[in-house]
Amino acid sequence: MASVSRSFLLLSIIPTILILCADFACCNTGRKTGDGLDTDFSGFSVPLEHSFEVDDVSRFRMRGALQLRGGRETSVSLSQSQLSEEDRNNLKEVAAVDGLYKIRVPRVSLTDRQTERQMDGYLTAFVRACSLVESHLSDVITLHTDVSGYLIGVSIVTIPGACRGTEVEDEVDLEAFNTTLTIIPPTNAPQPETALFIERMDIEHEKRGKPQEQKSFFAKYWMYIVPLVLFLMMSGAQDQSGVGAANGGGR
Amino acid sequence: MKPPAKMSKPTSLFVIFFSLFVMSEAVFEDQVGKFDWRQQYVGKTLFAHFDSHSQSSKKLFLATDKNIFASFNSRTGELFWRHVDKAGPEGTIDILLLHGQDALMVVGGGRLLRSWDTNMGGLNWEAVLDTGSFQAACFVAMQDTVKHVAVLKKAAISLHYLTNGHQKWVENLPDSDTVQYQAVYSGGEEEVYVLGVVPNSHLTIIAYSLEDGEIIKQRSVEAPWLSSVESSCVVVGHGVLMCVDTATLALYALPIQAEEAPQFNQILLQSLDLEVSPGFQPVLVSSQPHPARSPISEFFLQLGPDHHVLLQLNADGYTIAPLRDFQPAFLVSFSTTGEKTVAAVMTPKNETACAINLFSADSGRRLLDTTVIFPLDLNGGKPFKLYVHAFLKKDDSVGYRVLVQTQDHALTFIQQPGRVVWTREEALADVVTMEMVDLPLTGTQAELEGEFGKKADGLFPMVLKRLSSQVILLQAWLAHLWKLFYEARKPHGQVKNEVTIETLSRDEFNLQKMMVMVTASGKLFGIDSKSGSILWKHYLENVQPNAVFKLIVQRTTAHFPHPPQCTLLIKDKDTGLASLHVFNPIFGRKSHIAPPALPRPILQSLLLPVIDQDYAKVLLLVDDQYKVTAFPSTKNVLQQLQEMASSIFFYLIRSDQGNLSGFRLRKDLSTERIWEVVLPTEVQKIVAVNGKRPNEHVHSQGRVMGDRSVLYKYLNPNLLAVVTESTDAHPERAFVGVFLVDGVTGRIIHEAVQRKARGPVHFVHSENWVVYEYWNTKSRRNEFSVLELFEGTELYNSTVFSSLDRPHLPQVLQQTYIFPSPITTMEATLTEKGITSRHLLVGLPSGAILSLPKMFLDPRRPEVVTEHSREENLIPYAPEMPIRTEWFINYNQTVARVKGIYTAPSGLESTCLVVAYGLDIYQTRVYPSKQFDVLKDDYDYVLISSVLFALFFATMISKRLAQVKLLNRAWR
Repeated sequence: MASVSRSFLLLSIIPTILILCADFACCNTGRKTGDGLDTDFSGFSVPLEHSFEVDDVSRFRMRGALQLRGGRETSVSLSQSQLSEEDRNNLKEVAAVDGLYKIRVPRVSLTDRQTERQMDGYLTAFVRACSLVESHLSDVITLHTDVSGYLIGVSIVTIPGACRGTEVEDEVDLEAFNTTLTIIPPTNAPQPETALFIERMDIEHEKRGKPQEQKSFFAKYWMYIVPLVLFLMMSGAQDQSGVGAANGGGR
Repeated sequence: MKPPAKMSKPTSLFVIFFSLFVMSEAVFEDQVGKFDWRQQYVGKTLFAHFDSHSQSSKKLFLATDKNIFASFNSRTGELFWRHVDKAGPEGTIDILLLHGQDALMVVGGGRLLRSWDTNMGGLNWEAVLDTGSFQAACFVAMQDTVKHVAVLKKAAISLHYLTNGHQKWVENLPDSDTVQYQAVYSGGEEEVYVLGVVPNSHLTIIAYSLEDGEIIKQRSVEAPWLSSVESSCVVVGHGVLMCVDTATLALYALPIQAEEAPQFNQILLQSLDLEVSPGFQPVLVSSQPHPARSPISEFFLQLGPDHHVLLQLNADGYTIAPLRDFQPAFLVSFSTTGEKTVAAVMTPKNETACAINLFSADSGRRLLDTTVIFPLDLNGGKPFKLYVHAFLKKDDSVGYRVLVQTQDHALTFIQQPGRVVWTREEALADVVTMEMVDLPLTGTQAELEGEFGKKADGLFPMVLKRLSSQVILLQAWLAHLWKLFYEARKPHGQVKNEVTIETLSRDEFNLQKMMVMVTASGKLFGIDSKSGSILWKHYLENVQPNAVFKLIVQRTTAHFPHPPQCTLLIKDKDTGLASLHVFNPIFGRKSHIAPPALPRPILQSLLLPVIDQDYAKVLLLVDDQYKVTAFPSTKNVLQQLQEMASSIFFYLIRSDQGNLSGFRLRKDLSTERIWEVVLPTEVQKIVAVNGKRPNEHVHSQGRVMGDRSVLYKYLNPNLLAVVTESTDAHPERAFVGVFLVDGVTGRIIHEAVQRKARGPVHFVHSENWVVYEYWNTKSRRNEFSVLELFEGTELYNSTVFSSLDRPHLPQVLQQTYIFPSPITTMEATLTEKGITSRHLLVGLPSGAILSLPKMFLDPRRPEVVTEHSREENLIPYAPEMPIRTEWFINYNQTVARVKGIYTAPSGLESTCLVVAYGLDIYQTRVYPSKQFDVLKDDYDYVLISSVLFALFFATMISKRLAQVKLLNRAWR
């Protein structure tokens, strides 16, 4: 696959913004390549919403805004506000009953600006609320795109991911999200590597040296043939006076 | 789990050690048929003919819906030969006509005309017909010899020579856009008649000259009541067209050859004292014994599902005389031998049998001593069609044999006097799904097991129980000894070990199992895996032809005294409405447990590891309102479900919307949507989704690398492999997508795109790998690709795997290879503990089953061989995957149109049971790492024991000698 270069930009004043630049060169082959240029300049933003309720009925509220930049260099950044006092208490309550913390983003296309960018429906993911609390709101959100730049899935995990039941004493720990955001395009599956294999075979052949030339029959077995012929000639010379046909076969 | 690093190292080495021997795997000549068997089928019979060419012929010719033309031995039911044509409409057999030694066939909707030699099954000739959909065909005779065949198409009629298939003439039919030509008739004269109809208006009769295809005459007859010649008319007597009409309840007779303007002669059924069952469409049955002569003037009229009347057309050609009324009578059929034509009639006798009788066609009198009893199988279908072969006995009386086709596609051959000669279960030509179930323990074994199964109730009762079971064991042993002694006196050949359902018991290594097979026709079979004999069958009536089946083993044989329990989920593909059939897989009997009513369409079914108090696993059914029904739904189960609700997750996939979504169960058995992934259908469509097999064991958690560090496998039991194909079919832009999605969290673990590729994609998902096969559109070849997932050199949490707590994505390795053949299906071997190395079983279109070592599909195969890779025993990368003929596990026993391969573990770790099904069924065993836990067949017991004994005695003697020597020395 194409190499992914990551550049982290950590700003301590705003909660956390993390930008990941993924090399997205493969993404717009075959699809409309013309609109790659104008999308490069201006990004667009979509809401990132979250929901955590004690009764597990989804009520999505705004968590932050995702700044998406499509085109050749797909990038994404997130600006989000702090959790309010009420939200913090709510989240703790949800964690206590082993509820879920859900997030969702609308289905969008990163490349196709001409057509309606937003399609109906959302992409949803969840994490256990207790693990979010215990990790002090450090989560990793990953956006997945398909070959033509549509967002197809979102996932959220916390680090660490386990729920050990440790109490989070400090309220400050639950104020701000410490989010790592990545966008992952599909990887290209490899093709059979015929060229390399043939090259390697050639090198091996060369290493082994040229195969032995096909020597002629005489060149190979002269050491047997010459004595034989000599012997026959000698014996033939002895009874030259005898019947000629007898040594005719020897010649 | 145990400490993995210590565990996996020796085992991996162990596996590598054995995999060295993998390369030489083949069956010895004397092992052929020892562990394997094959059964060949042909499918549902469409046309059947007896070979009447010679009196003593044993041949029977069938053409089936699976596009097969086959010949059977009518004495044994075995195949003489079989021709498997292309599957699908291209190979459909439209008609099969038999004359003398020639079998004529129109194939592929009127595409080809073929003539077969019935003796050897060889092709005489094949002629390509002009385009146009096929309507009818018949033999055409001239001066008492059959020389031609006429083929009627939608807009043309052609005449072909029987000897070489050359076309004599072809003529376009007049007004073919308004007239529907449906029948062709020849009665041995100089003309061929084509009958066409303009529905509810008039009938058209055209007579063609045999010589040059010239239209001799063309008639049009008013017939406002007639809609189809095919379904309501037959030709009887000397060219009289007999039609039946439901609306007017009358028979209509019309002489086809009449010179002047002919008219239909109406004969009201009432005038013959006949009455049609309400709502029944009457059917006419006639017979033309020889194409050179006109049909017989007797014919059957079916008035109701079990009511037939034998009628006779009088010599005047207008009036009809009823000969005999048959009620009740299910099926009727004519048969001719010499000059005698007889009618066979099947009548119900009692609940378990039907009687077949012969009647003289011209008088309607019953022939004496011709009754044959056809046993009705309560677990089979009803009789559907009757094929009768009559012959003249030495005393000039008529004898006959009958072939009965039942609704479940079974063929039964009966001979006089009432003996079933053979039965063929042709439903097995279309197996949809199957499972292998362990056989039950023998009574004594079960007694021992039961001792541990029962709840302990004090010391004394336990001792008593133990004693009683020991007594029973002793008794059984004595009985066994007595039997051995008794049978020893009998000659050897008489001691038969026939498998019956009563004597079924598990063998020592659990190599013999019950194969439960579900067929598309709705018939279930229980087959003994060792011999291939059908032990039970059960026909489910009212199964829609487009139903989909899912077979679930809810309780295995392990929970004595509870019987094993299988559940078949039958779902109508169109409506989604489902029903459950619960049965015992060993005996095939329907269970007494009442399945829940399912009023709403079912979207998903999942088998939970939760068991009820009777050790049956709980089946959850999710309906279209995302409500969950549990089966069994006892109080105990519901309580367990409530407790576990928050940890029960499931997924739904709607491929038409590209939508994958996950749900969590709530305490009140409603559900909550927790994740959603959407693959836009404009770009790609989901073609297949596959999880892992729940009964799969992975012995080694990691792989030991050359530097002695361990690379841990990513073993996520909830992982789904989702395969998509692009909607864009252009070879440059087409792609195949492989998504690995966690079924609990909806997290996309990996997303790979195989560019310039298209389906059909075959894939296997197992352990930590996915293998898929696709068509490379650029290089125009089949390719195999393997994906393996590793956690890395450290495990995140070595004790337990939870999808909710696994934040790091696995490392994904992938490699692709060229495969020199297309494939039809693929499956991986499965063994008891997963120690044995894995093989892929690949079904090829040639009918061979290739056992491909997984070693060849390893993304860690190095480009350049290094010290480490050699240490690890990795094969250097080569782009082409070899196919070696010794890897074909079915040697020359090809499995035609292989559709699926089922693998099951046996009690021996080295052995995996394999069943390949398609048109044929083939069962065998494979040993992916050779038989490391079994002594060879030719193991020299005598040598080893004599060496042992010799050594033992040598030790004894030398010990004695040493003692004597010591003693002597001491005395000195």
